[in-house]
Amino acid sequence: MKIEGKQMIDQMDIILNGDEAVAYAVKQSDVDVVAAYPITPQTIIVERLAEFLANGEADYEFISVESEHSALSAVMGASAAGARAFTATASQGLLLMNEILWIVSSLRLPVVMAIVDRAVSAPINIHCDHTDIMSARDTSWVILHAENAQEAYDTVIQAFRIAEDERVLLPVMVGFDGFLVSHTSERIKIFKDDEIVHKFLGGPRKIPKIELQGKTTDFALWPKTPVPITLGPLDLYDYYFEHKIPQAIAMENAYQVIKEVHDEYAKISGRSYGDGLLHPYMVDDAEIIAIVMGSTAGTMRYVIDEMREEGLKVGMVRIRSFRPFPYKQLAEMIKHAKIIGVFDRAQDMGAQGGPLYVETRSTLYDYDLRPKVVNYVYGLGGRDTPPSLLRGALDKLYDILKGKEKIFRRIYLGVRGPEVRGE
Amino acid sequence: MSEELLSWDKLPIGGIPPFPSTEYKTGTWRTFKPIIDEEKCTKCFRCWLYCPDNSIKIEWEADGKKPRRFFVNYEFCKGCGICTKVCPVNAIEMVLEGEK
Repeated sequence: MKIEGKQMIDQMDIILNGDEAVAYAVKQSDVDVVAAYPITPQTIIVERLAEFLANGEADYEFISVESEHSALSAVMGASAAGARAFTATASQGLLLMNEILWIVSSLRLPVVMAIVDRAVSAPINIHCDHTDIMSARDTSWVILHAENAQEAYDTVIQAFRIAEDERVLLPVMVGFDGFLVSHTSERIKIFKDDEIVHKFLGGPRKIPKIELQGKTTDFALWPKTPVPITLGPLDLYDYYFEHKIPQAIAMENAYQVIKEVHDEYAKISGRSYGDGLLHPYMVDDAEIIAIVMGSTAGTMRYVIDEMREEGLKVGMVRIRSFRPFPYKQLAEMIKHAKIIGVFDRAQDMGAQGGPLYVETRSTLYDYDLRPKVVNYVYGLGGRDTPPSLLRGALDKLYDILKGKEKIFRRIYLGVRGPEVRGE
Repeated sequence: MSEELLSWDKLPIGGIPPFPSTEYKTGTWRTFKPIIDEEKCTKCFRCWLYCPDNSIKIEWEADGKKPRRFFVNYEFCKGCGICTKVCPVNAIEMVLEGEK
């Protein structure tokens, strides 16, 4: 989408890395409470948010906590009291939060959290892979994943709108790649005036109304409500199951809301990412389609351009919304291909393949004529993923089509030693 | 607990209980039932003080200053037996549900 007219005036160019871009987005989003515990490679977000406050540029409540478990707990309490709340973490921090992740989403609190993807111990590694965010895939958080610093900035702003939409009311994670995005400076566009972001978000957080005991009351823990509410009490076999259904429906609603918010944001920013759920590149006539998530999409686009010049029909779909997973839309987009290569930057121990592979393969099951689907697990622990590596992987898919190579289920891409093949 | 269970579309979001806790009767959880012997009871208030479920109730004299008798609210008593343990005169007996 072209940036023109009003949009040009509203925005300015700035050099920021991914973490700084997220911190700017949070500052501009009129957040009430921030509680976060620094962890590489998320640290810069927390540092900048503390700096903004110290400089008098922001007025949120900044709670210094002693762990990630406390960070998310504090943010959960703030959100339950009606605040717009933000936190950020990575890797071990996200794992320590695990218990609270489920509670925040089940209590339907619209918290936004940035996840700066990093490998998971052991051995200790601070570099990028997606194993951390994939560990949260069943926690009922909306999981969006950005490709670069610009998209991380845009997505954090969108995330508040999505989370707070009454059809959703679920927390949102915004993932992006550690170091590759978080510590890489890019020229990005941000809104000059915070007011533009405030207006997009519809002002401060609105408190939803609920019906309770025959009265309309506020869905927030504050004493002035007509009927005081209790959040998170005992709920046994008689009601627990019923309480899970609206939560499942909220996640279904998120497909539509993510698209709407993305489209509306595109109008004020001039930037769009596919339909907000999936970001395709040259898929319409593609025989071979790569499925990727995160910064690898940029490298993959470069490889696809190169192969297209040689007349090879290659395309790509970048998954922007991992939860909810846009399975219907993905299947429609890729079902005409001959072979799909799914690139997972996450561990696949004991599964049929990496998380993206399992989802992608499953989406195609209902089609009688369906492409082959193979899995590449790559880039674990920040292992470099240059164009040559991706090119080799796509060439292999051509070899399978030509019958020169035997089909496989999963290959570890870019690892030294004898090839380990899942048949 | 209320007689009629609500379906999911009639519930508030976020796992909020549809009724106040006074409607959520926990007496059915009980295996043993405390029975207070009013002859032995010295009205010392210990069971009332220690009961974790606020299930020891007091009937007051007309002047509202002295207790006439102590009794158990069986709609909420879970039968934990703490009242029996703290009673200094052994006035509270735990009886298997359905026996007395």
